[in-house]
Amino acid sequence: MSIDATWENEAASRKFSRTKSIDKQFWLGLRRRLLPFLLPVGLLVLWQVLTSHGEVAPQVLPAPLQVFNAAVHLAHTELWADITVSAKRAFTGFAIGAGIGLIMGMINGLSKIGEELMDSTIHMARTVPHLALIPLVILWFGIGEETKVLLVALGVFFPMYLNTYHGMRAVDPGLVETGKVYGLRGFRLFRQVILPAAVPNILIGLRFALGVMWLTLIVAETVAADSGIGYITTNAREYMQTDVMLVGILIYALLGKGADLTARTLEHFLLPWHPTYGTARK
Amino acid sequence: MTSVLTQQEYFPGNAMGAASHSARIEVQGVHKSFGTKSVLRDLDLTIEPGEFVAIVGRSGCGKSTLLRLLAGLDTPTAGRVLVDGKPLKGLNTDARVMFQDARLMPWMRVVNNVGLGLNGAWQERAISALADVGLEDRKGDWPAILSGGQRQRVALARALVNQPRFMLLDEPLGALDALTRLDMQALLERLWRERQFTALLITHDVDEAVTLADRIILIEDGKIGLDLRVPLRRPRTHGEPEFISLRQQVLQRVMEG
Repeated sequence: MSIDATWENEAASRKFSRTKSIDKQFWLGLRRRLLPFLLPVGLLVLWQVLTSHGEVAPQVLPAPLQVFNAAVHLAHTELWADITVSAKRAFTGFAIGAGIGLIMGMINGLSKIGEELMDSTIHMARTVPHLALIPLVILWFGIGEETKVLLVALGVFFPMYLNTYHGMRAVDPGLVETGKVYGLRGFRLFRQVILPAAVPNILIGLRFALGVMWLTLIVAETVAADSGIGYITTNAREYMQTDVMLVGILIYALLGKGADLTARTLEHFLLPWHPTYGTARK
Repeated sequence: MTSVLTQQEYFPGNAMGAASHSARIEVQGVHKSFGTKSVLRDLDLTIEPGEFVAIVGRSGCGKSTLLRLLAGLDTPTAGRVLVDGKPLKGLNTDARVMFQDARLMPWMRVVNNVGLGLNGAWQERAISALADVGLEDRKGDWPAILSGGQRQRVALARALVNQPRFMLLDEPLGALDALTRLDMQALLERLWRERQFTALLITHDVDEAVTLADRIILIEDGKIGLDLRVPLRRPRTHGEPEFISLRQQVLQRVMEG
């Protein structure tokens, strides 16, 4: 009898502790998911409170709701056209700059002659900040599309080139030798051994390049443009439309986040074998 | 007839008529130096078809250099290497090499690694080679999730699928734990007996040399210091008195050098 009672007690307490631990896990999970939002939401509320009570002038910092309304208004008028224009510039420049960077990086990474011919010159050119060329490029092309595309292409070229080149150079010579022993030559060796080995570095270059792409575009559109998000922002300053300026800045942030997500997704799909990026883990 | 008999005498472990599956390797007066440092000096060595030769020696004695010359990965400074009587030029296409690190392509699944460089309907061949080393069920895995022993087995399957007539083994079991190493030795011996390729194993483990080899060669100062036949029956057990005395003999000789 007493033994039975102990059994029951134990079973009950075990059951209790299990439900307790499930509860605990639930709360821990909830906390982990919600806690990161606390700070931004809090700041947003603080911002709304301060601005709606007139502590901060709306010309300095409009209320979040006002910014939201401005965004809605813009979305119904010119916003999409401007986003399209900006995105087109960004990706045209990116395609040109990153494409050339990738190809040159591969050539110089694979061929000694190419490296000797070009690498030192490219490193020299790299020391010039590409944004310093803005006045010159405006002189050449005015504030036309070429200016923005050229600046983005220039900015994107270097991270892409450097990382591709480094990736090609850093291929494990043992693997290349193995490829040769197993009869791989020329393009097959490149396709099956050298290129996949360089992909992690190329993707790092891509990520850097995407960052530079937006940064360059923001500067170029702010300084020299008659359309695009940067133009909206600059134009809004002329009319003291601080809410519109904030919308522009937020859109840049979202586009940057989108670029980062793209890079991450690419890493996930192109490097499934990689212990760090992919699904293969020890 | 006589030559067949001699062969059988030499290689009790291997079946007759091995010649088509195995290469005859001759090294004639080979000299190899890197800069001013000469690593191999005037080396002569003949490996009969189907023979299993183990090369032992202290690190830096030139054994890996010899392996690279035989694989055609390097060229001798002087002298020549003959494969079936023909001088070796460039890569030795009859040979496959296994290194201490498995050298699998991390971006290829196991079965693609085994099929590296194959053409045509290679998948079936690759899978049957994987079955030979007992890893058929891992064919879709990435190399990153395999253990060291499994990686070496994949590397072995990759070498075997090419049906090499000459297998070069550069301390392939050196990084494995003791139990895995014994398994791998048994696997190597079984596959060698089935496939009848000529084998050259570089090892610093004298036990391993005595377990696997028909002939143990000691290289010291770039020359052959000892060339010893191992007349033991296969499979060999470490406890046999002959095994122990042979091992002692080789060890002592290595230590003296």
